[in-house]
Parts: sequence; structure tokens; C-alpha cells
Amino acid sequence: MKKRMARRSAVAALAAVTLIGIAACSPPTKTAGSASTGDVKAASATSAAGLGGMAALVDAAKKEGTLNVIALPPDWANYGEIIKGFQAKYGLAVNSAQPDASSADEITAAKNLKGQSKAPDVFDLGATVANANTAMFAPYKVATFNDVPALLKDPNGLKVGDYGGYMSIGYDAGKVPAPTTVADLLKPAYKGKVALNGDPTKAGSAFSGVVMTALAQGGTANDISKGVDFFKALKTAGNFLPVDPTPATIQSGQTPVVFDWDYLNVAQGKKLTGTMKWKTVVPAGAVVGGYYMQAINKDAPHPAAARLWEEYLYSDEGQNLWLKGAARPVREAAMITAGTIDKAAYAALPKAVGTPVFLTTEQNDKANAYLTANWAKAIG
Amino acid sequence: MAERPSIRASIGRKPGGALLGVLPFFAYTTIFLLVPTSIVVVGAFLDGKSRPTLGNLSALGQPQIVSAFMNSVLLSAVTAVLGAVFGALLAYAVSTAREGGPLRRMMTSLCGVLAQFGGVTLAFAFVATVGFQGFLTLWLQNIGINLAGSTWLYEPDKGLMLVYTYFQIPLMLIVFLPAVEGLRPQWREAAESLGGSTWHYWRHVGGPILAPSFIGAMLLLFTNAFSAYATAAALISQGSPIIPLQIGGTLSSEVILGQENIGKAMALGMVVIVAVVMTLYAVLERRTSRWLGR
Repeated sequence: MKKRMARRSAVAALAAVTLIGIAACSPPTKTAGSASTGDVKAASATSAAGLGGMAALVDAAKKEGTLNVIALPPDWANYGEIIKGFQAKYGLAVNSAQPDASSADEITAAKNLKGQSKAPDVFDLGATVANANTAMFAPYKVATFNDVPALLKDPNGLKVGDYGGYMSIGYDAGKVPAPTTVADLLKPAYKGKVALNGDPTKAGSAFSGVVMTALAQGGTANDISKGVDFFKALKTAGNFLPVDPTPATIQSGQTPVVFDWDYLNVAQGKKLTGTMKWKTVVPAGAVVGGYYMQAINKDAPHPAAARLWEEYLYSDEGQNLWLKGAARPVREAAMITAGTIDKAAYAALPKAVGTPVFLTTEQNDKANAYLTANWAKAIG
Repeated sequence: MAERPSIRASIGRKPGGALLGVLPFFAYTTIFLLVPTSIVVVGAFLDGKSRPTLGNLSALGQPQIVSAFMNSVLLSAVTAVLGAVFGALLAYAVSTAREGGPLRRMMTSLCGVLAQFGGVTLAFAFVATVGFQGFLTLWLQNIGINLAGSTWLYEPDKGLMLVYTYFQIPLMLIVFLPAVEGLRPQWREAAESLGGSTWHYWRHVGGPILAPSFIGAMLLLFTNAFSAYATAAALISQGSPIIPLQIGGTLSSEVILGQENIGKAMALGMVVIVAVVMTLYAVLERRTSRWLGR
């Protein structure tokens, strides 16, 4: 679960140290064959058309022969199958480095391996890390760029939302009644049972959990105070459980109700099939989306392969593969309209009633400032 | 200095050998103490673009940081006092046992282990015992006492205090036992032969002699609790109520970026508090040495 590790600093630090070690041991820098004119052209191409069309891009990528990806666990959002599909379709080798690394580790790796043939070509990043590192990305617009909602992409294609999910409530149906609204969780049946995935001033998923409760309690993306008030009431009622939920705490029954991304809760339920009825609900009218971001390393050793990878991810095929892993692909709405979505996989997702809300950068900053000042007070 | 080389030569040591011997120690303290401390101190006065600023220090006035400092000081003070009182009683009890006897040897080695038994393992031990699925919780449930649903273990002023006290008491025993052993039986005999009662002995002889080392040990316990991180981090995942957790948050947050230097300013604040406590400790240490005639 790579992204959940992002807030576990020890793991990140260890990985960073390891990386520095690897970088130090590497043989002298060998610039990957970026001498050919095709690569120079690919490195500055901002769309497939800029290279002379899709066929030319495929040719250039095949000439490079390899793609370096990083931090893509095979069991996360179906990446295992996606990598296999890409290899089969275009015949490129894919080097998958450090599958369990965090978003921050990806950036560190790109900095440490800069100029080497092993440097990552593409990134899959949490939104905050992506926003903080745009200087390292090359702008590129995939063919389906227009299908991506405006809030989820940089207008020039520096970073583009790829897949994600909605904030949900996962619960052990054998232990607690099914919550239909967020306010249900204040009932005595949930005493000491409701956990949030992390501290919202530290972890992205917990942050979105607070935004979701704010919407459910009549707040807006501009004012999340109602979400903080809700957790305060939850705490006063004795229902809030200040334990950081993990698959282990869920399985042992320590955390019977967990606020987390729907694809993580759904994956949890799949894993526990037979031992526990772990169900997932997205509260009606309080749909908060969180998407990861794709970006191309501007110093990518394989610039054409990197661009071809993006084209593949944003094609119907790539998007449906994510969907198969219970992650919501970013072109979901457009593909439903076009009828190209994998209907069976789509139907298996938790139902979401209401328009998904995505926070703008300003709303994010405002919410962060409010949480920094008020979270500790509310649950302290 | 003039005659030193000949002495060294006569015992077969190369000049500078002693210095060479402590070199690893200096290298060690430089890398693990001096360098990090300077990074913290310098970083506390720099902004994100490495320009000098006082902004990080003024950020320490934010209510959540102020309250984290207050919680930390309170937690450390209470567990230091509790640990000191119970640890001192325990140390006295142990000191009355036969020197070199099995009880005494067992207690001191047990406390040696327990004093270091902090961090994630200790937190886990408590969770596994009195947590929601802890064996004691479940066992009590079986006999009809339902503790489920109470989150006391995860509250800084309840669970954390208990867990901290758990490693403070044995530490107190270890640092305080030598002082108690320094009480000479002759003093007691002298007090008694002059007609003094037990109360008189403790009030006028034992108490005043032990007081400086008692307070000194208490200050040590204070800094021990003040700087503890892993135990709290393993138990408390919400709100960062104490200062080490606040600092951890500034470094590991994926939500609010670029506050590393505020973390360094908080660390500087901790250094200042510990420096004050350690100065007090040094002053007391000097007094203790005089009393015990060391």
C-alpha cells in the first residue's frame, strides 16, 4: 500500500537512505542514449501529434525499448495487470523499481538518479506531492486529455489526475449496524468504534475524511468547520477511536468503523471475505474525491516510452484496468457517456449519490489552516 | 606537559595515543549530537528558501503548539513525580535487602531491563493487554465487566501517563539506589543513640541528604519523558497532543508541506527547556557530591 506509507516517515526515511546508498554505488553516470534526434524531439513533445502522430510515438518508444516506472505495487489499483498489458501491446520492457515506495520517494529517486538510465520516466503521485514538485515534470497532453475534468489537471498537462476514489465509511457488518448517514455514527451503538485513517493534519486520506463529514453535516468545501465539529461531537459521545487503522486492526476487530478511500475499503472487504463482512458505503450527498496524479519526469531517460505509457493509461483499455482494481478512472464520466466503460467492474464499485466534490488549491489551503488551528483542540 | 612524553615512552605508548583513543567518541558526538543540534538551531532561524527569519519562532505562539508544549511539560512533570516517589520507595525497600542477595540482584537487573523497555514494544504490550481486544479487557468481559468502548488508553492524560510511569519507576530505582545505599547505618545509629525517633532521623538526617539526589533523579526522569517519542507515536495517532509528535508531524505530513523549519524551532524550544532542567541537575549534582562526601 504505497501511498498509505507516505506518512510513515520512518519508512520514507529508510527508503531515502537506501536510495542514497544505491545512487552512491551506481557506476559512473551513463547518459541513456538521448543522443538520437528522435529522443530530443520526444523529450520536448507536448502531445503525440507533436511527434507526428501516435504511430511515430510508438516507433520512437520501441527504439528506446524500455520504460522505467517506480512505486507501482502490482496489487495496487491493478498495476500488475496494467504493466503486463502495456508490455504485451507495445513490446517494451518495463523496469518496475521500488514498488512499495511513497510519493515523496519517487521524487527523491528522480533527483538522485538524474542523468542515469535507471531514473524513473514517469510518476504516480499523491496530489500534494505532485503540486509541490511541478518543476520536475514535462508538460504532455494525452489524446484523451479533454475527458479529464478541469479540476483534476494542470491546463498544460504538467500533471494530470489518473485514478482515485471517494471517501467512504468501511464497517464490520457483523459488529455494528449499517450506517446510512454520517450522523448515524453518533449513536451509542458505535461507542469507541469509529476510526479515521490518520491525523488529518498529516495524512491525505484523513483530511478528505474530515471534508466528507463537513459536506454531510451541511458544510461546504470552503468551510470545513462542520466536519471538525462533527469529530468533536463524536469524541464527546465517546465514539471516536483515536487509533490509526491498518489492515491488522481491522482484521483483529479493533477498528470496526473506518473512514478511508472506497477502493481501500473495498480491497479490505475482498481480502476478508469469509472471515468478516467488511462493507463500504459512500454517504449520500457527501462525495469527496481524491485522485492520484500522473506526471512525466522532465529528465526521463526514455522520453518517448514515458509518453506512450501515458497514452496507454488514459486509453479506454488502461482506464478500465484501473477500474478492475476498484479504483475510479479519471475519465469515468466521459466513458460512461461513450459507453466504453467496463460495466461489470463499474457496477461493483460502492454506489455514490451526489456530485463528487474536489477541493481547489485555495480550498485546500484554507482547510489546512483551519485544521492546523482546530483539530488538536477538537479531539484533544 | 614537558615530562609527559618520557612517561608515555616508558609505558610503550605512542604520543597522542590517548587522544587517538577518544577520537571515535568525538567523531560520534560530532555526528550524532553537534551536527544535528546545529542543523536544528540554524534551521529554526531560516525560512523555506534559506533566508534568515524569525517567523518560525513566532509560529511557536500558535495555540496548538503552545498547548502541545504545556501537555509535554505536564506529562513529563507528573510522570517524573510519580516515578520518583514510587521509584524511591522501591529503591529504599530494595536497599534494605541483603547486599548481593537474590532479591536485590533480581530487582536491579529487572529494573535495568524495564527502564529501557519503552517505545513501540511497550505501547504494544499495553494495547495487547488493556486495549480493545486486549486479553485483560476480553477476560474482564467474560466475567461481566465491560470496558469496551472506553478510549482511556489513547488519551494523553490517562493512558500515556500510565505507560510513561511504567518506564519511569524502574529508571528511578536504578539512578536512586546508589544514593540510598550511600546512607550509612552509623548515621541511623548515631541518631538513635542521641534519642532521635525514626521521624527525626528522616527529617534531619536521611531526608536532607537524599533530597538533592532525589530532585536530581526527578529532573532526569523529566527529561526522559519529555524527549520520548516512539511510545507516544505508537499509542496516539490523533491531534499530536505533545511536542515530539508535533515535530514529527511537521516532517512527515503529506497534507501541509514546508513546515520543517517550524519543527526545528519547536525542537529548539525543547533544547531550551532541557537545557534549563539540565542546568538545575548540574547544580544539584554538585550539592549531592558534597553531601555524600564523594
